[in-house]
Amino acid sequence: MPFEGKILIQNFHFFYENTLALKNINLRIDEKQIFAILGPARSGKTTLLKSLNRLTDLIHGTRHTGNIFLDGQEIFDSSISLPELRRRVGMVFDLPTPLPLSIFENVAYGPRLKGQSQKNKLQEIVEAALKAAALWEEVKDRLNNSAFCLSGGQQQRLCIARVLALDPEVIMLDEPCSGLDPISTRAIEETLYELKKKYTIVIVPHNIQQASRIADRVAFFLGGELIEEGPVAQIFTKPQKKITEDYLSGKYG
Amino acid sequence: MTKEKVLEKFLLFVALSSISILALIAFFIFIEGIPLIWKKGVFSFLCGERWYPSRGDFGILPMIVGSFLVTIGALIIGVPFGLACALFLGELTPPLIGMIFRPAIQLLAAIPSVIYGFWGLIVIVPLIREYLGGPGLSVLAGSLVLGIMILPTIISISEDSLRALPRSYKEGALSLGATHWQTIWRVLIPAAKSGIVASIILGMGRAIGETMAMIMILGNAVQMPESILSSARTLTTNIGIEMGYATGDHRQALFATGVILFLIIMLLNALALIISKKRVR
Amino acid sequence: MSISRFTTEKIAKYTIWISALLTLLVMVWILFQVLREGLPLITFNFLFDYPHEMGRKGGISPTIIGTMALTIIAIIVATPLGVGTAVYLREYTRESRVSRLIRFGTDCLAGVPSIIFGLFGFIFFVIFLGLGWSIISGGLTLAIMILPTIICTAEEAIKATPYSFREVSYALGGTRWQTTWKVVLPNSLPGIITGVLLGVGRSVGETAAIILTAGSSLLMPDSLFAPVRTMAVHFYILAREGISMEMAYATGAALIIMILLINSAANFLLHRYLKKLER
Repeated sequence: MPFEGKILIQNFHFFYENTLALKNINLRIDEKQIFAILGPARSGKTTLLKSLNRLTDLIHGTRHTGNIFLDGQEIFDSSISLPELRRRVGMVFDLPTPLPLSIFENVAYGPRLKGQSQKNKLQEIVEAALKAAALWEEVKDRLNNSAFCLSGGQQQRLCIARVLALDPEVIMLDEPCSGLDPISTRAIEETLYELKKKYTIVIVPHNIQQASRIADRVAFFLGGELIEEGPVAQIFTKPQKKITEDYLSGKYG
Repeated sequence: MTKEKVLEKFLLFVALSSISILALIAFFIFIEGIPLIWKKGVFSFLCGERWYPSRGDFGILPMIVGSFLVTIGALIIGVPFGLACALFLGELTPPLIGMIFRPAIQLLAAIPSVIYGFWGLIVIVPLIREYLGGPGLSVLAGSLVLGIMILPTIISISEDSLRALPRSYKEGALSLGATHWQTIWRVLIPAAKSGIVASIILGMGRAIGETMAMIMILGNAVQMPESILSSARTLTTNIGIEMGYATGDHRQALFATGVILFLIIMLLNALALIISKKRVR
Repeated sequence: MSISRFTTEKIAKYTIWISALLTLLVMVWILFQVLREGLPLITFNFLFDYPHEMGRKGGISPTIIGTMALTIIAIIVATPLGVGTAVYLREYTRESRVSRLIRFGTDCLAGVPSIIFGLFGFIFFVIFLGLGWSIISGGLTLAIMILPTIICTAEEAIKATPYSFREVSYALGGTRWQTTWKVVLPNSLPGIITGVLLGVGRSVGETAAIILTAGSSLLMPDSLFAPVRTMAVHFYILAREGISMEMAYATGAALIIMILLINSAANFLLHRYLKKLER
């Protein structure tokens, strides 16, 4: 394990214009586990995720201090290729966002951008990704249909397949199950359980219960600050800070 | 990475085309026209009453007056009707009729000016000649047709301004017991004032710039129009009629007319932009 | 107050209704006038024959070719310029001095009268560049006339593409150009085509600038550098010189039909596009 962990965040502050959104974050995420980021709304969870693959660069007026290391390499270094970083650290958003393309083309989109154009190679990649996202059986006969024909849960799994098609190292999911029914949620959670054997998974869960179900480690954020972090069992049964305990027991949120 | 940078620079180059073309137009028109104005003197050009190219007389005052009269006339007709139609679309019409009326206005905007001129020639001109006297080819005919032609401009921009108003304006007034019309007259129109004025100015620009229809129905007599039943020329028709055969000084004088026209239009455009940028309080 | 506010309300509403109806009536009158006399005269021969006796007899085929040729050149030149400008404004910059300058240029260009474009086209394309009165001179002049329209509609179409599409593309490792080319532009295509059709409509009806740049020859053009007469110019000359009222009506009717078809196509596309957005 180079340096420390898969992802190492050091003294990280993040600003939207003049507003401080993340304050002095120090966090280490190891590989091949599910790392959950908990906290009430407006705690900076999404900002943290989007910093990890520098999607925050798209927003005007943002700046940061501190470092984020991926496999020991600073991701804000000017020599880093942004497309390459985002392929290594993939993201699934909270609302399913299929592109206005067929199911096949949605999954093949990333590999095509990378330069892969051979028909049979793409078919291999798409099939593997859809299988890993537990969607293959349901769509294998209608790959050329529009992605909008799928249900919400299927669309979200499509978004996961899209990311998997790029063979990432880290998969980030920002409230992936919001708006989905319990069965779809369960399907996605089971998929993530399988995926953590191969990938590093960072997830902002939809609710506290989801974290307790699937996470290995949990970090609790409040108002842009990291309050505490540790193994899931320890955080849920013996949290060190009172505000963590209050949040977990539902006193606020 | 460099491919992206190259593309960005290329697109910037493409994007600068509109402003470059504008500069090019101004440059060439001015280069051709300013020397003549200089040679003849600004005052004698702008205020001279005689336009006799063969004698070297290049006074465009009759054309300025012609443009002015026709434009004012067009506004007198176009603004009330235009506002009324904008209100109709915005406030009064049930959606079904709106679906017919709106495309109709678009169609009005798409009809070429030569068709308007033709219609003016075979319908309006004889009517004026018959019932009001004069040659029929007149400032009045021009104003009427031009008024119709600028309707789409006034309607669409005014309607946009009215539609952009917050609903709370209307709801607030109505909940205070105002009738629909009182709301429109006392609240909505004053609030959309800047947009409506901008639409009028743009309509004016459209009117001043019209050429073909005016050539067909104004009569084109090179004289100071004495009444609305007189024949006249505008700055635009002057250019349109004589450009085909003008040479030397004559041609330059037409470009000089173009310079004046260009300046007037740019002024009006700038005015409209400034006014429409003003916030609605 | 002698008149109650409710009476004022009634009077006002009636006035507005009458105004709107009058406007509609006038439009129908104008179209009807030309179509009634002109439509019956549009025969197969009319559309495909050459004109004889300065247009007194025969058909208008060279003018139809002229109209199409000029319009095609205008579209070929203006569309990449216009879409490129819109892409730059929307995808590559934020509001800045440069973008404000570009918009200022576009707004002003939109307000320039056609006769000025005619003067410019004449002195620049015909004389300065030595292209003569020709299809190419006329087409290029038309291109700069419709450029603002295409920039405007393309920008609106691009603006309407949901931000989430772009975010997804970037998150999957897309570069700015890849995102623009593969997601934004395909999504904006219907809106862009609507703008192009609007430009086509304007080109078909344009007269003042064309006379000064493409000439008014009635011969069938044999190259891009040959002069040509468009339908609108032919219509104007027939009417103004009193050559043949009949032919004028017929040409005018053909012109109107062409514009009606183009407008309907644009509206139809716009409707389909708006429906797609509702998803």
